[in-house]
Amino acid sequence: MIKIELNDVCLGYGRKTVLEGLTFTVSPGEMVGLIGPNGCGKSTIVRALSHIIVPLSGQVCIDGRAITSIPRRDLARLVGVVPQMPLLPSAFTAFEIVLMGRNPHLGLFQYEGPKELAIAWQAMERTDTRHLASRRVSELSGGEIQSLLIARVLAQETKAILLDEPTANLDIGRQVEVLDLIKNLCRENGLTVLAALHDLNLAAQYCDRLLLLHNGRIHAEGTPADVIKPKHIADVYGAENCVYTHPVSGLPCVLLNAGNGRAPQPGDVLKKK
Amino acid sequence: MNTTAPVRLLHWRSRVYSIFGLLLLLAAVMALATTIGSVRIPFMTTSGILVSRLPFIDITPTWAPTMETIILDIRLPRVILAGLVGAALAVAGATYQGLFRNPLADPYLIGVAQGAALGAVIGFLLPSQWHNIGFGIIPLLAFFGALASTAIVYSLARVGKTLPVTTLILAGVALGALLASIVSYLIISSGEQIHGILFWLMGSFSLSQWSEAWTVLPYVLLGAIIIVLYARPLNLMQLDEEQAQQLGINVERLKLILLAAATLITAAAVSFVGIIGFVGIIIPHAVRLLWGADHRFLLPLSVLTGAIFLILADLVARTALAPTEIPIGVITAICGAPFFLYLLRRRKRVLF
Repeated sequence: MIKIELNDVCLGYGRKTVLEGLTFTVSPGEMVGLIGPNGCGKSTIVRALSHIIVPLSGQVCIDGRAITSIPRRDLARLVGVVPQMPLLPSAFTAFEIVLMGRNPHLGLFQYEGPKELAIAWQAMERTDTRHLASRRVSELSGGEIQSLLIARVLAQETKAILLDEPTANLDIGRQVEVLDLIKNLCRENGLTVLAALHDLNLAAQYCDRLLLLHNGRIHAEGTPADVIKPKHIADVYGAENCVYTHPVSGLPCVLLNAGNGRAPQPGDVLKKK
Repeated sequence: MNTTAPVRLLHWRSRVYSIFGLLLLLAAVMALATTIGSVRIPFMTTSGILVSRLPFIDITPTWAPTMETIILDIRLPRVILAGLVGAALAVAGATYQGLFRNPLADPYLIGVAQGAALGAVIGFLLPSQWHNIGFGIIPLLAFFGALASTAIVYSLARVGKTLPVTTLILAGVALGALLASIVSYLIISSGEQIHGILFWLMGSFSLSQWSEAWTVLPYVLLGAIIIVLYARPLNLMQLDEEQAQQLGINVERLKLILLAAATLITAAAVSFVGIIGFVGIIIPHAVRLLWGADHRFLLPLSVLTGAIFLILADLVARTALAPTEIPIGVITAICGAPFFLYLLRRRKRVLF
């Protein structure tokens, strides 16, 4: 159970600032979504929270400790990352890739024992990827690789998970499966989850809180109902009149129509087919 | 669906058997290579002489003392040195390829060979009274030339606290070209030494002695042990560096340790026998084709395959046109290239 805290953090590369004034907390058992247009810095936040980049100013704390003071191996036992469109070595098999998730739990001179194999195998069952186990990565589709990366982060057994567009390559059935799995882990095991999501509907359905990034700052923050409002969506994405209420969950949802369509009328109800 | 983890999916057992198989093959090849030569000595006699030298084994000699001298003092050191150099170049090549995630990497990529060559050529050109220090000034200068050029490349490529791999390779290629041009100029103006220099540059085991084998051994042993211990982190380096870090690898420290180990054993290997090409690039690829890309097996299997290959290549080099010796670099390419191309065609699987 760990908390992720950012206090007035400024992120960027070299002299170029991407985001500034970032102050937020992600608590155990909470799933927070990062949303915003292309290039708004969602991935940059994920990279800062896994100590790939160091903030230009401000402090990132994991479990109450400054992230820069945590050795890499310890950090990898606390925070796991599902990267977006990663490079995987094509000569390795799917099972070998998942087994790599056990690395931070092994000493330098240790080999994976039965325990490691069992954990990796279980992670593959939960992500429904066992049938891929002996296939080479070069033979897998984008969606299969995405599922494999989820399996790897499960095998890593971290207390927090950062996801960078985890559903980008998945069909809608798999999107729901993957996010259900993450959400359950978050609920039942008290995992701390931060997900950069492109799909506003998925973000609204699954996340407890959303952070909308725009112009290098947090534009709006709060529950999905607070953040996905017509005004915010219009300000950030330039898409007018597209926010509705989901007929089942009652959460906001976004439906686009060509040329931004006509304004929704008071009597508009989504018909369930 | 079964719930037990499938160890068989990892193919560990067959690869462990392969390691033991190659150990036996290495012993057989060493015995074979010590048997064959200008003086005919029966295989059983050779084996008897070799085995009698192992601890706890007592065999009454049935052979002439001259045979023992030929086997133990002339042929065996040469065979052992060839094995050590083969092992060193192969495991260093596998390390560089893994570290740089580049199939074209070889042990000479970041300036080791050119540095060693410059050191050796300077050694050749020094006045003759310099040549009586220890086991000779040439290996000494070659060794330090190799280390110095790698150190220069390393410091040139360093950006802040990180060492970008691409910059390292480019700096290595650029400095290598500079050093090679100096070597070329020195060769042209070297006068009567030109033959010795060219022979050294193509590599040869013709002057091998026990003292040289014993000098190279600790470097190769230490370097290879360090590298093999870092096999799992090296596997993770096959992901991009960002993922390796997110899985708990201190990437910059790993690069430093592995570069130092691989450079040290390469420098030790080339300083006595010259620049032997081809082994460091082809053996790791052949091993990868036959046994897969997992470095925990790739590295030890490369050590053994490299040793076997270079012992056999040296055997051909000294016997094919006896009494003339063919430079070993010529043999490694002539024998190795067709075999590698055969493997490449037969197993059309992803190499990297």
